[in-house]
Amino acid sequence: MNATVSLDFVFSALADPTRRAILTRLAKGEATVMELAAPFKMTQPAISQHLKALEDAGLVVSRVEGTTRPRRLAKAGVEAMDQWLAMLRKALERNYDRLDEVLATMEQPKKKKGEKQ
Amino acid sequence: MSKLTLKTEGDTHLVVTRRFAASPEAVYRAHTDPKLIQKWLLGPEGWTMPVCISETKPGGKIRYEWTNGKGGGFHLTGEYVELVPHSRIVHVERMFLPDRTADNHVETRFDADETGTLMTLRMTLPDEQTRRAMLKTGMERGMEESYARLEGML
Repeated sequence: MNATVSLDFVFSALADPTRRAILTRLAKGEATVMELAAPFKMTQPAISQHLKALEDAGLVVSRVEGTTRPRRLAKAGVEAMDQWLAMLRKALERNYDRLDEVLATMEQPKKKKGEKQ
Repeated sequence: MSKLTLKTEGDTHLVVTRRFAASPEAVYRAHTDPKLIQKWLLGPEGWTMPVCISETKPGGKIRYEWTNGKGGGFHLTGEYVELVPHSRIVHVERMFLPDRTADNHVETRFDADETGTLMTLRMTLPDEQTRRAMLKTGMERGMEESYARLEGML
């Protein structure tokens, strides 16, 4: 089912600050690669690569208009992002829950003299 | 244990806090000893960290590699800037997804409190200009918060 966005795809697509900035720009409305590239110190091919990752993740869609392919935020995009955020927040909480367990099993650190760590 | 808190501070900082029922010494060790890091810094269920390098000295290398065991993976590299044993870590990190993301500057503090340790993780968001541009786009309130949270997760 292509309506199901792969979380792994979304995970890596959104973990990049540039991609998140692109999504933010697209939240304002449709834009071409040239328009998207403008605020970044990046080449259009580099931006296109980011767009491909976002399209593969189902967060961005494009249409053909003459020689350009304006991009816009997919409807599923924002929803997927929220899911992803919730997942990540949970992951962070899970990390620290795991850390609680690690700490519980750690012996009191030995106070060795001259220990650097 | 207290829950995680996550909030923005000014335009460029994001702060995570969490309390632990252990001494600052133990929490610090769990953040710097590769064998211990590999036990908890794993993110979503099902992910592991087969490679963990943590050279705890100024300029020392950091490298974490994660895998989901199904062909998926990514890694992070970084450098320690400053280490004050048991109380403070300053480091820089960036992720490779596989493209390199902007540098994230992180300060982690471990302060003793009544129940153990209060950890405060302060991240300087990677690209002030990008962030300013993001905040200026007049996106809806909910979105703004989402993006702020997004930034903080990484």
